Amino acid sequence: MNHSITEPDRAPLDAVLLYVFTGLLALGAIFATAFSDDRLFRFHGYLLIGAFTLAFALLTVALSSDRLRSPQGRYADGVIRAGVIATMFWAVVGLLVGVVIAAQLAWPNLLYFPEHGWLNFGRLRPLHTSGVIFAFGGNALIATSFYVVQRTSKARLAGGVWPWFVFWGYQLFIVLAATGYLAGITQSREYAEPEWYVDLWLTVVWVAYLLVFLGTLWKRKEPHIYVANWFYLAFIVTIALLHVINNLAMPVGALHHRSYSLFAGVQDALTQWWYGHNAVGFFLTAGFLGMMYYFVPKRAERPVYSYRLSIVHFWSLIFIYIWAGPHHLHYTALPQWTQTLGMTFSIMLWMPSWGGMINGLMTLSGAWDKLRTDPVIRMMVVAIAFYGMSTFEGPLMSIRAVNSLSHYTDWTIGHVHSGALGWVGFISFGAMYCLVPWLWKKDRLYSNQLVEWHFWIATTGILLYICAMWVSGIMEGLMWREYTPQGFLANAFVETVAAKHVENVIRMVGGLMYLSGALIMSYNLWRTVRLPSPVSAAATPAPALIPAE
Amino acid sequence: MSNLSYETVAIFAQQGGTLYFAAIFAAGVAYALWPRNGEAFRRAAMLPLEKDEDDNVQA
Repeated sequence: MNHSITEPDRAPLDAVLLYVFTGLLALGAIFATAFSDDRLFRFHGYLLIGAFTLAFALLTVALSSDRLRSPQGRYADGVIRAGVIATMFWAVVGLLVGVVIAAQLAWPNLLYFPEHGWLNFGRLRPLHTSGVIFAFGGNALIATSFYVVQRTSKARLAGGVWPWFVFWGYQLFIVLAATGYLAGITQSREYAEPEWYVDLWLTVVWVAYLLVFLGTLWKRKEPHIYVANWFYLAFIVTIALLHVINNLAMPVGALHHRSYSLFAGVQDALTQWWYGHNAVGFFLTAGFLGMMYYFVPKRAERPVYSYRLSIVHFWSLIFIYIWAGPHHLHYTALPQWTQTLGMTFSIMLWMPSWGGMINGLMTLSGAWDKLRTDPVIRMMVVAIAFYGMSTFEGPLMSIRAVNSLSHYTDWTIGHVHSGALGWVGFISFGAMYCLVPWLWKKDRLYSNQLVEWHFWIATTGILLYICAMWVSGIMEGLMWREYTPQGFLANAFVETVAAKHVENVIRMVGGLMYLSGALIMSYNLWRTVRLPSPVSAAATPAPALIPAE
Repeated sequence: MSNLSYETVAIFAQQGGTLYFAAIFAAGVAYALWPRNGEAFRRAAMLPLEKDEDDNVQA
């Protein structure tokens, strides 16, 4: 299983292939930009030329050195360190944009300049959602999956320098998506806003990610594939499938940014929400469950409560989640039986979700005192509790009668944030607090007290956020369906917006507190990296293609 | 191709798919609950607890 291809003097094949690939991409970007008469396409063209020529230049220098070798006896941790830094960077950016748009909802005139469209809520909102889901969450998933698959397989990452391509290629995807939103480039598909050429780029990066992950599993020295890797693999494979099918589109021209979906009408809507809900199921759930199944046992120093339950959790989760999307389309042109199918499968999801939650929580059995002494494990346990709570609320909201009240209201926003801030955010923060001392060879975090501050400020922020959204959501839902005795609607839409002002302010304060927690964490991690290393572990640093900034 | 009607494809996809998914799911659950796998699972559950924060791949 161990194929060592390293020869002493020649440059490694994987690096040469990446070098040629980057060179071809740079050439392609130059020609595409030169021949395009679409201003927005050229804007992204310049960005791509810059990125590819910079990568080509750095690789030219690196190829003549020894830095691109991949010693099979060592774990590839440099790319994970870069992933941790990127995770925290995008967390702060994504959360900051979230606070800005929350303030815009509370005070609609804020940053409203008709001549500067890029500051409008409509452009900043996808920047926030993609920033926190794909940039923060995606980097956390890629970094932790690279860590977990190496340690539980007892093998170095496959593909030589290609994990670095996955890392930088993914950052390039984020930058293209984010700048595109601000410039007004969008497919208008929720959570799939990037246009066709950015989608193609992500497909290339994602296939490389899949191959690196599979290649590492292939050369593993541990016969059993640990359950966390199953969840990560389901996440990678399913996201590839969802991304490719939902983004099938015909560009207006080969050198034009705009494209039109291959689907139309209700088929288009169903494809979009098949994608949209499984982005929740496989990106925000399965991937982070992989994180839970490694980092919670590791930190608690206890094996997972029931390994059998974790396998049943896995199979039931992936078999059921994929059908739940139609609950986003209640009371639409979608056939009633399809809506009912989506609702039924959503309710069935209670079983795997709560099975998984119990499995995660009960891993602490016999070690519950750690909740008091270790704020990092407390953060992860609260994350699991939020996982249980939001996966209870979700099926409830998918019931057609409940949905008739909750849909299009702030209740949905609150539900999403209890999952995103509580579950995804906290389990990722917990994993990062674990990873930084391990990866930078420190025996502790800089300050546990600062983790306490982070935990309490952020937890209070989440509670403020979701309670405000429950109140405003149910209120506006009731106001929308209120009739006068004469049979007319009692409230104009703008009156329901005005009625939510106080809740919108509370929501912004909650978000600001959550952002403050992430800033405290960034400071704490930065100081941890700068701690003096214990002497024994201060041996040679792992080789890196491009040093993390 | 003429006998490949919508009904044929639908029956294949719906009924065949149901049986296929049910069979794989049953196989997954059987694997999880099979008594003889217990020892392997006990060992697998210990995998994250090994001291492997080191740079070097363990033998």
